[in-house]
Amino acid sequence: MNDVIKIILKRLGLGLVTLLVISVIIFGAVEMLPGDIAQAVLGQGATEENVAAMREQLGLDRPAVERYFDWLGNALTGDFGKSLVNQKQVSSVIAERFWNTLSLALYAAVIAVPIAIFLGVLTALWRNSPFDRVANVVTLTSISSPEFFLGYILILFLSVKTGYFPSLAKISDGMSFWEKLDRMFLPALTMVLVVVAHMMRMTRSAIINLLASPYIEMARLKGVPGWRIIVHHALPNAWAPIINVIALNLAYLVTGVVLVEVVFVFPGIGQMLVDSVTKRDFPVVQACCLIFAATFIVLNLAADVGSILTNPRLRHPK
Amino acid sequence: MSTTQHGKKEKKELLLEIRGLRIEGYADEKWIEIVHGVNLELHRGEILGLIGESGAGKSTIGLAAMGYTRDGCRISGGSIDFEGMDLTTASSDELASLRGAKIAYVAQSAAASFNPAHRLIDQHTEAPVQYRIKKRLESQEDAMELYERLRLPNPKEIGFRYPHQVSGGQLQRAMTAMAMACRPDLIIFDEPTTALDVTTQIEVLAAIRDIVDQFNTAAIYITHDLAVVAQMADKIKVLLRGDEVEEAETVKMLEAPKEDYTKSLWSVRSYKREQKYRPTGDATPVASVQNIDAAYGDVKVLEDVSFDIYAGMTVAIVGESGSGKSTAARCITGLLPPTKGRILFNGTELPSSYKDRSKEQLRQAQMIYQMADTALNPKVKISEIIGRPAYFYLGLRGAALKKRVDELLNLIELEPGDYYNRYPPELSGGQKQRIGIARALAANPSFIICDEVTSALDQLVAEGILKLLDRLQKEFNLAYMFITHDLATVRSISDEVVVMKEGKIVEQGPKNEMFTPPHHPYTDLLLSSVPEMDPDWLTTVLEERGVDNIGEAALKKS
Repeated sequence: MNDVIKIILKRLGLGLVTLLVISVIIFGAVEMLPGDIAQAVLGQGATEENVAAMREQLGLDRPAVERYFDWLGNALTGDFGKSLVNQKQVSSVIAERFWNTLSLALYAAVIAVPIAIFLGVLTALWRNSPFDRVANVVTLTSISSPEFFLGYILILFLSVKTGYFPSLAKISDGMSFWEKLDRMFLPALTMVLVVVAHMMRMTRSAIINLLASPYIEMARLKGVPGWRIIVHHALPNAWAPIINVIALNLAYLVTGVVLVEVVFVFPGIGQMLVDSVTKRDFPVVQACCLIFAATFIVLNLAADVGSILTNPRLRHPK
Repeated sequence: MSTTQHGKKEKKELLLEIRGLRIEGYADEKWIEIVHGVNLELHRGEILGLIGESGAGKSTIGLAAMGYTRDGCRISGGSIDFEGMDLTTASSDELASLRGAKIAYVAQSAAASFNPAHRLIDQHTEAPVQYRIKKRLESQEDAMELYERLRLPNPKEIGFRYPHQVSGGQLQRAMTAMAMACRPDLIIFDEPTTALDVTTQIEVLAAIRDIVDQFNTAAIYITHDLAVVAQMADKIKVLLRGDEVEEAETVKMLEAPKEDYTKSLWSVRSYKREQKYRPTGDATPVASVQNIDAAYGDVKVLEDVSFDIYAGMTVAIVGESGSGKSTAARCITGLLPPTKGRILFNGTELPSSYKDRSKEQLRQAQMIYQMADTALNPKVKISEIIGRPAYFYLGLRGAALKKRVDELLNLIELEPGDYYNRYPPELSGGQKQRIGIARALAANPSFIICDEVTSALDQLVAEGILKLLDRLQKEFNLAYMFITHDLATVRSISDEVVVMKEGKIVEQGPKNEMFTPPHHPYTDLLLSSVPEMDPDWLTTVLEERGVDNIGEAALKKS
């Protein structure tokens, strides 16, 4: 078990280094945005003195390296500075939005992951059957349609025409848990449709890849039934690629859903990022990017650890 | 147990009858017949040996006896009658209930055929529980008993391990136990010992023969090794490219084979080349390895290894897998710089890493590899494969290069005009190995390392390669370092023998001395574990050495 802990610690260290590199890239990218930030914030009518005063207030007159380390040091203690637009603490503005996005992602994941694995196993079991083909066509169609389009279709059929679910996903603190689930159902369903295909196809192909293995032939020659060969003999050895693709899709659910948020007017972090970029609210942009990067790193780390734990050679050393 | 062997059993009830079996394989967009109407009869408790070279259809027929064909194969004709049921027409449910319960299978590589994700005993109990023949716990008890009968260490505990925690020979016995789980009437053994070392093989052979005998199970034993089949089978059927050559009782088949093909198979083992001795006086060896140690990371793999190889002589390095044979070769070629000791070439010390050696030094030592399939780039023409070293080391170009390549192709007995522009995948295994030899020769070396060059080849083809190597050695006065685990090859071609075990040299000397007692205990074990064509060999060895003095137990003692 010690080996496993060692490997995990190593991955964790690598993750931190990656995050540091990304923080440099984010800071550099914001620096390279064309135009003067102070000018952009104050607008066309600002005088020379006003702009100079703003620059000083924001610390833009100091060298970039110095500002980077200031920012990084503060970020480590959870202080991302103040928003340029409304002077609120960035951390408090982001926290609520990020929480909303996470809940939506979790909601979608709880539905999507089991469905994807279940369908993946079924399509592997009945490979090349009509069921396999239909499942492939349906999931491919859903993955190939843009999210906003899917969203509008769902609104049209499940909300406007039938009234089963609310079309707007505005949520507030006062709502009960069930009320929130009801409100968030359509955006969650949209995201489920987008991610299921990828995970399902990976599950299917990871299992089918193993079907040529000698131990699968052995199981067949022992007279083990088809479903048990897939579930008991192939699936336990196919977890590593499946877990990786799940992690990738979870990261997408957190970071890539700005269009869904816009369609359903959901107060998530993606929408906020886009707003902040147009308004040149760079402390918010930097904080959002850093959080997205951290999400990717944490999920990939979790996937690595997951694949390690499903490997019997590492779980049961000699 | 030896009393019931070799056809002394009275004829019993017919168990399996195959008539006119035809099997087709799908290749290049069409179905091609690969088994052309084979007949086979097996009675209860009888063991049939199926032998032949690769592509003879042994495994395909063995699997067909279970009503199973691999993907891309189909049964196109004939009948397979097992206890009155025709397996060619049986439904897949009927077949599934037969497999595991009535007919079981033991695969070539136990390491690959056990599911890495489950414990041995859970895989063992799967079939009995599935068919409600035994309850889970009952079947576990039974597994432990079978493990004990197969002389596995810690029979009560070993089943609770995962496959990667158990050695190859033990896994192969655990797989035999698994085949026995439902006490089937018939077991198909598909090359069960081919992937094992000789000292492990003998143990597995003894265990298999014993248990099949105890339960009076009928078996089809598939192998390409005549000496092995001689120990196991009551009768032998020889196959060649999907056709039956002949069938007879084991003793009869060994003493008086009728067909020419069978005779040629038998005669392979009699090839011997005359032994040469070291030159007298103070000749310098071509290659001299002096007290080298080597390690992969922190793991020490060679310790104080020394041997000399003289011009025109063949030194065989023998040992089991993991004994350090190939590592020694890697040290000589400079791929793995030794941590201690030196390597001399014609009396001059070589830099330890190949990066520091001159072109001339590199040219002197060439290698031929075990897997010609992977050692030749499939996308490069034969002429380029052979021409490249001639150009690189000797600077040949244009017409001179073409002439040299033709010359080399002639040397390896391939017609230059036919092979010059072809690609490796178009060639057979033996031809590929010949190309490998030509590539080594192209550099005009004085010393060639042959790393298991014949182990992936059929016996007849392997013999051709050995004869070719021998001719080339005489012609160019080459020194060979011949790495192998096959002692029959050693006996036929070597002048000196170095025996390695766990990274150390156990014993070395001229061949005639090495093959006459007294031996070091390990050499003795190695030599006595090599199966011989005598059908009573296994019985005799077991009587002489005792069951506790073969295989892993004996390895620990020596």
